[in-house]
Amino acid sequence: MYKILKSELLADKIYLMDVEAPRIAKRCQPGEFLIVKVDEKGERIPLTICDYDRKKGTVTIVFQIVGASTYRMALLKKGDYFQDVVGPLGRPSEFVNDPLDEVKKRRYLFVAGGVGTAPVYPQVKWMKEHGVAADVVMGAKTKDLLILEKQMGEVADHLYVTTDDGSYMRKGMVTAVVEDLVKNEGKQYDVCVAIGPMIMMKFVAKLTKELGIPTIVSLNPIMVDGTGMCGACRVTVGGQVKFACVDGPEFDGHQVDFDQAMKRQQMYKTEEGRAFLAVQEGDTHHGGCGMCGGDK
Amino acid sequence: MENMERVPVREQDPKVRATNFDEVCLGYTEEEAVAEAKRCLQCKKPLCMGGCPVSIDIPGFILKITERDFAGAAEVIARSSALPAVCGRVCPQESQCEGKCVRGIKGEPVAIGKLERFVADWSRAQGVTPNIHVEKNGHKVAVIGSGPAGLTCAGDLAKMGYDVTILEALHEPGGVLTYGIPEFRLPKQGVVQPEIENVKKLGVKIETNVIIGKSVTIDGLMDEEGYEAVFIGSGAGLPKFMGIPGESAKGVFSANEYLTRNNLMKAFRDEYDTPIMRGKKVAVVGGGNVAMDAARTALRLGAEVHIVYRRSEAELPARVEEVHHAKEEGVIFNLLTNPVEILADENDWVKGMIVRKMELGEPDESGRCRPVEVPGSDYEMDVDMVIMSLGTSPNPLISSTTKGLDITRHQCIVAEEENGQTSREGVFAGGDAVTGAATVILAMGAGKAAAKGIDAYIKSKQ
Ligand SMILES: Cc1cc2nc3c(=O)[nH]c(=O)nc-3n(C[C@H](O)[C@H](O)[C@H](O)COP(=O)(O)OP(=O)(O)OC[C@H]3O[C@@H](n4cnc5c(N)ncnc54)[C@H](O)[C@@H]3O)c2cc1C
Ligand SMILES: Cc1cc2nc3c(=O)[nH]c(=O)nc-3n(C[C@H](O)[C@H](O)[C@H](O)COP(=O)(O)OP(=O)(O)OC[C@H]3O[C@@H](n4cnc5c(N)ncnc54)[C@H](O)[C@@H]3O)c2cc1C
Ligand code: SF4
Ligand code: SF4
Ligand code: FES
Repeated sequence: MYKILKSELLADKIYLMDVEAPRIAKRCQPGEFLIVKVDEKGERIPLTICDYDRKKGTVTIVFQIVGASTYRMALLKKGDYFQDVVGPLGRPSEFVNDPLDEVKKRRYLFVAGGVGTAPVYPQVKWMKEHGVAADVVMGAKTKDLLILEKQMGEVADHLYVTTDDGSYMRKGMVTAVVEDLVKNEGKQYDVCVAIGPMIMMKFVAKLTKELGIPTIVSLNPIMVDGTGMCGACRVTVGGQVKFACVDGPEFDGHQVDFDQAMKRQQMYKTEEGRAFLAVQEGDTHHGGCGMCGGDK
Repeated sequence: MENMERVPVREQDPKVRATNFDEVCLGYTEEEAVAEAKRCLQCKKPLCMGGCPVSIDIPGFILKITERDFAGAAEVIARSSALPAVCGRVCPQESQCEGKCVRGIKGEPVAIGKLERFVADWSRAQGVTPNIHVEKNGHKVAVIGSGPAGLTCAGDLAKMGYDVTILEALHEPGGVLTYGIPEFRLPKQGVVQPEIENVKKLGVKIETNVIIGKSVTIDGLMDEEGYEAVFIGSGAGLPKFMGIPGESAKGVFSANEYLTRNNLMKAFRDEYDTPIMRGKKVAVVGGGNVAMDAARTALRLGAEVHIVYRRSEAELPARVEEVHHAKEEGVIFNLLTNPVEILADENDWVKGMIVRKMELGEPDESGRCRPVEVPGSDYEMDVDMVIMSLGTSPNPLISSTTKGLDITRHQCIVAEEENGQTSREGVFAGGDAVTGAATVILAMGAGKAAAKGIDAYIKSKQ
């Protein structure tokens, strides 16, 4: 059992939790993820490790409610337990193992979309701790969905915030900001790291390919074991089949077959949708809230 | 000679069982077991024992059954095997013990597996538990993986007084017994969990959710956590795919994924969250036990199921009983057939599979006839789901993070057969991690041998 030491609502449907997991906290590195399982009947949910405290033996996760399992996770409070937490999984980000003097020569641009801001944070924090300058572009649909803005501001060299609807700071998608920085503000970058919804990563990669900036993306396909045992997480990168859980989750964004990856992610949409409705009906009142579309 | 035929074993009706996940074979009653036991000739030179990888005293335990001393029979088996309820159910007996039984020359061999299962089930029902008073010797040993190899090694070491901890990557112990072999063949609550409990009763600790190579390394276990020796029983869990076009379409699964969703995550039960796809027409590619298990699972989830295998029936590597059960339940066998492409619709869902006819040629290095393509024989199978069951290999997570651990070019860990010693001092290995995908009883045998090897190693250091 893994105790939840903190649970915080960051934005609508987005939660942050600190969880006791000493083995993971001791060894984890930026780019890696873990898997949590709420209880006996729960699914195994992969989540990026967003922060860690090696002394306290805790790790931080940030997740968004998208379906039944993340909904059930959100019901847990400080002092409750996850039945299972396993990790760290996946490969650390490339820069962790590159020689530091090489890394220091590079100019990094991080692009974070929505809840993807959470996995970007530990990487930028690592940059700050190791004296590497990194700019961050952060985007969300609307002001209320922005997360970790303050924390990011503390570790980023320059932070550019944008909202799709213009309700806060710049208006427009993250791609527009990247294009603006490079084309109009004369910024130059050697590496771009983009993490967010699959569709965002696809378009950032498309743009950086035109701009000639090598780009790393972090894929989030459907997973089961996270150890290379099932192949559910397979993605095509540069024409080759890779298992995201052991070969990734970070890949060369210019090589990823995003269209296939997005389709595969939808595999259980119908089943999951049904499960989600069942969970919500199980613990909410019935009628009149307008959330469920009514009992037709 | 009379008694040429064995006492038939009761099974669930094929039509009924094709719709549920309850165990297919119901096992012998006491009377049936005694009657079957009496067919054993009590050979002076029992050939059957030579076919059993752990050399159970087969005539010995069968004699006890004829005397109705079932507890005595259990004791005889316990001297050689820690998981009789499992082996009695899943050993490929026709190629092991029963394959050698003299009774088989002129009739049916003694049903050794069914008798072993009877004894194990009887003692579990009686609540007979192993006698567990051992002096602890204070030496710590880590066992990686909780499949049959790890459980056996851990149990034997605990009996010798070692302080043993099993480290398991998944959230449930048992290895393939838990995540791979389905409920209808090997009940989890009824059979697997009690066997694991027995190992725990010997004092073995099991820590789940620990992935060696990621959560901690072998060096970490030895240098920082004080383990004097390590046994690697991590199995062969990495699935193979064919590399044909369309394999990434939605509705194509590895057998591991399909079985894990169903067995470990219990997707077949509504109250569990993990989803599973229920196809209408399913092709399972391959002919081993894993393919049969995947096929019979898909069948139970409501599909019409085809086994697509490139050789003929004689070469099917699965246990004969499983093939027989699969046929009875209505699985269709498309033999001498090999997939060349999976077709998908505009949303990338599987909508068919192009297959090619094969014929048998010369035997290859495995001794089996090599399948040869028949030119121009391609045709399309109408399927909406494909399960790839082409074999597995050991996962490189451990070998790639342990310096000085030699592996073969198939990723198998190199270890001495008689004691499990690897190229690293204090590190032993056995089971599928060493041999590649094999059998439960061979993995157990390797776990046993390694327990002895570890004991000798630790004693030699004192
Ligand atoms: C390596 C990795 C790291 C991740 N890190 C984070 C993280 O830090 N924070 C976070 O909020 N989420 C993260 N995810 C995604 C998270 O695992 C999924 O959101 C979660 O599994 C959905 O579970 P659910 O049952 O609530 O939703 P489901 O009911 O399973 O799904 C609801 C909808 O989301 C889609 N979906 C299913 N699985 C995924 C997935 N893996 N990614 C995206 N969409 C999916 C489905 O198609 C469906 O439409 C990560 C995924 C991976 C593989
Ligand atoms: C579907 C299926 C059906 C089968 N049917 C039969 C049958 O009928 N008869 C028969 O005799 N054999 C059968 N087999 C084969 C048999 O199950 C295996 O040969 C046997 O289980 C091997 O035992 P093992 O202990 O070596 O490995 P496994 O049973 O594979 O156990 C290995 C364990 O190690 C864990 N592990 C792996 N890597 C790590 C790591 N890095 N850190 C920590 N833990 C790790 C795994 O999670 C797993 O729990 C079948 C196999 C499958 C998949
Ligand atoms: S362990 Fe397997 S091979 Fe040995 S006697 Fe039992 S069923 Fe036969
Ligand atoms: S070979 Fe057959 S008949 Fe002879 S002892 Fe063994 S089981 Fe009995
Ligand atoms: S999640 Fe199973 S292989 Fe990657």
